[in-house]
Amino acid sequence: MIEIESLTKRYGPTTVVDGVSMSIARGSITVIVGTSGSGKSTLLRMINKLIEPTSGRVLIDGRDTASTPAHLLRRKIGYVIQGHGLFPHRSVAENIATVPRLLGWDAARIRARVDELLQIFQLDPRECAAKFPYQLSGGQQQRVGVARALAAGPAVLLMDEPFGALDPIIRTKAQDDLLDIQRRFGTTVVLVTHDMDEAFRLGERVAVMSQGRMLQYDTPTVLLTHPIDPFVSRLTGSSDRALRLLSLIKAGEACEPGSAEGPPVRADQSLCDVLSDLLWRGASSVPVLKSDGSPAGRLTIGGILARGKPV
Amino acid sequence: MNPELPRRPRIDRLSALLGLAVIGSLAFLPFVVIKTSRIASGESRLLIDAMPTGWALAMAAILAAAAATATFAASVRARLCAALGGLALSAFAVGRVAEALTPVGNRIVRISPGFGFWVLLLAFGLIATNALTRFRLRPGMRVLCLAVTAAVLYAAFAAGAFDALSIMREYAVNADRFAREARQHVLLVLGSLAPAVLIGVPIGILCHRVPKVRGAILQTLNLIQTIPSIALFGILMVPLAALAAAFPWVGELGVHGIGAAPAVIALFLYALLPVVANTSVGLGRVSPATVDAARGMGMTSGQVLWQIEFALALPVILTGIRIVLVQNIGLVTIAALIGGGGFGTFVFQGIGQTAIDLVLLGAIPTVALAFSCAVALDALVETMNRSPP
Repeated sequence: MIEIESLTKRYGPTTVVDGVSMSIARGSITVIVGTSGSGKSTLLRMINKLIEPTSGRVLIDGRDTASTPAHLLRRKIGYVIQGHGLFPHRSVAENIATVPRLLGWDAARIRARVDELLQIFQLDPRECAAKFPYQLSGGQQQRVGVARALAAGPAVLLMDEPFGALDPIIRTKAQDDLLDIQRRFGTTVVLVTHDMDEAFRLGERVAVMSQGRMLQYDTPTVLLTHPIDPFVSRLTGSSDRALRLLSLIKAGEACEPGSAEGPPVRADQSLCDVLSDLLWRGASSVPVLKSDGSPAGRLTIGGILARGKPV
Repeated sequence: MNPELPRRPRIDRLSALLGLAVIGSLAFLPFVVIKTSRIASGESRLLIDAMPTGWALAMAAILAAAAATATFAASVRARLCAALGGLALSAFAVGRVAEALTPVGNRIVRISPGFGFWVLLLAFGLIATNALTRFRLRPGMRVLCLAVTAAVLYAAFAAGAFDALSIMREYAVNADRFAREARQHVLLVLGSLAPAVLIGVPIGILCHRVPKVRGAILQTLNLIQTIPSIALFGILMVPLAALAAAFPWVGELGVHGIGAAPAVIALFLYALLPVVANTSVGLGRVSPATVDAARGMGMTSGQVLWQIEFALALPVILTGIRIVLVQNIGLVTIAALIGGGGFGTFVFQGIGQTAIDLVLLGAIPTVALAFSCAVALDALVETMNRSPP
């Protein structure tokens, strides 16, 4: 649990972050979204004290971060930045071992942990461990960056535009991987991005920032259906917000009893994908299967359309 | 290249030029110079006049063949072997010729290598290094090549292959002093390099961390570089002499207006600019994202500086140290002028006595030392540079 209490950062007369308060639930993914210069990165970097706040405080699990020396605090918080920031003179294994080494783990424990993380991130330890960052593809570098941040098993992971340097296909894969990893370790993730699609795809809760102020902090559905500010509504997209809303709902949540013809869809697919599939095939209904393969019910075009407007 | 054209053997232009130089020097340039005494002017001898005609023709033929191979051979290996063979034969021949031309028991006549010999040495040497660069040897192999060359040369000198040559005659007279001045030369170089690194690197870090002072520091060091070395010695003499006079214990430490102290201090001052500038530039080239990540991982500022910034800047810093080392090996020669010692002693003595062989006795080891250090440090820099620039 991270509590941010009226956090403010000023540089001379300029206020970069202006009295932001928010509470981040343990084990959730929270996305801070905003245009460049909105203060979102500064807010993130005040959580691990890379930037000292002018006023306000941050509590992690009830402890004021001001009471811990900055470098010791950061060893307990994972940190991933855009363009990965890997150390170019150190091998992949050495990069991942950074925080465990700082914490003084013994060599055997570090080696075991590095191997474990490489496997989790689909990098062959024998092939990749001794390589240097420049020998990896962009996607691999990004995965090593996340593996390095998670090496010492931090409860909190801060990510500053982590997928910004990736091409769209690899980015989608990296986002899926992040969701998997987050579920697996139960890490509390705070992610900063300027990409609204990414925010909606990843965030359980999304905070919209502009000019140093936090305009709205809520679930993606509420941001879409009840934006409290014209800026939020502009940012969440006025033309395609119905489709965005559908993309937030899983087939399993929306399906109704009954059966249908044709190839089935999975319960974890979004209504947006199912609708696209129906339009493409010219069908009006489709069966839905649970993850174990048993029938969950069916979806109809009419049922989907009814979900695409604010309740 | 246009595939329609008939394929011709590719001729390396540099090798062709050097091959021509070899043949020209064999025909027209003196192979050795004979002097009746060490300071007399000499009588030049072409290769053909320096040894029995049959031998001379045979040798000229072999060297011309080596030059032709070095020019036309398609295989780099063959070119390298031809050049090395040419080098070895020229060197061996000049030693033999000197021995043969010296009247038995005469210790006054001096036989030195002529201009033609130096052209042969230079041409074959360049062909060989040119071929070696084509191999793109790994740093370790380059150092090994250097060590093998040094060992072969040492063996040749130790076996007395060149004892009859004038330079070695000078060496024979000065053998004790040669060892002493060699040691002094190295001590002067290291004595100025070590403090320059120990003090220059922290100043470089300061320049990187505090951009406000960088301009002032670098300008001052630049200014020092523009002072000619002789003038700098002169500037240092006065305060050092005054210091030694005012505090006798300073003099007892070996600090005087002349001698090693002003030499070391001047070389140290010259060495500061490359060390400071390269440290500052090297640290400045480290990507801010890398430093940000290092801080974000929980490294202390000291750990960030040494494990990340300094480690990444090391190749650039070492390049600065390489510049200083090679520059100082040459500059130390001047220190002999103010009684600092080193190989320069022979150079200036030789100039004073118009004995060119004595000048070479000081100059050749200096060049060899500088060259060896350059090769070794280049190899070290390349080994450090594990990631691409």
